[in-house]
Amino acid sequence: MLLSDPFDALFQFQRALDAFRTSDWLGTSLSGSGGYPPLNVFRKGDDIVVITEVPGVRKSDINVQVKGNTLRIAGTKTVLYGENVSVHRRERRGGTFDRAITLPVEIDAAAVKAECRDGILALYLPRAERDKPRSISIS
Amino acid sequence: MAASSQALEVQEKKELQSREEKTVPARYYMPNTDIYETDDALVVVMEVPGVEKKDIAVNIEDDVLKVEAQIDYGKYQDFDPLYSEYNVGHFARAFTLSNKIDQQAITAQLEDGVLTLTLRKAAEAKPRRIAIN
Repeated sequence: MLLSDPFDALFQFQRALDAFRTSDWLGTSLSGSGGYPPLNVFRKGDDIVVITEVPGVRKSDINVQVKGNTLRIAGTKTVLYGENVSVHRRERRGGTFDRAITLPVEIDAAAVKAECRDGILALYLPRAERDKPRSISIS
Repeated sequence: MAASSQALEVQEKKELQSREEKTVPARYYMPNTDIYETDDALVVVMEVPGVEKKDIAVNIEDDVLKVEAQIDYGKYQDFDPLYSEYNVGHFARAFTLSNKIDQQAITAQLEDGVLTLTLRKAAEAKPRRIAIN
């Protein structure tokens, strides 16, 4: 019997993400200063989910704005060291970020939900009712 | 030594290249890590976004600190990718420690996807002031 292996499922998921690495779904709509935080965009049913990794950024230091189909994620990441320490290795970087993307679908700006947990910011963007595909019954 | 207000750039996630291969093909990533030393401890700060407390394993064996942090990728189950700028996977990293550590006094804290390990130096490893007569 072949067990469905969760690790194999993760591998498939990683390959799927790779395949969308060059996706032109967002077209040339990327704007704002710089590319931080890096984004993944998913479709969940009719809705759009934008996920970013922002480890070390406090919830209160993130500012998310939605206007029309444009999403702006701005904030500050603070990396602190104590006094009188000797640093062996420094790979984490702090600084400010400000990024805007324009989605190619219409979203319901009033119903956008943002969630930040364990260093992951997730934005749930419901698709505007008038933008959802409608099935046409054939008479 | 606070962070300056310079604009952040994306740090490409590094895939873990370990000496031993995993038996499963899924990729692991190397968490960005800061390490600093205070008078009585070695502090290791790792970025493990998306990992919950219960999915972190820390152990020290033969002076090697190993950290493995697993994401719950089941959260992505009904998600169809449309556009991707980074990949997701579990995190793992190991360091050879140059200090003797008191294994009983390791504390770990997870906040906003950042794991902070405080490794107390063993008593014999602490600097001792020698009085000069």
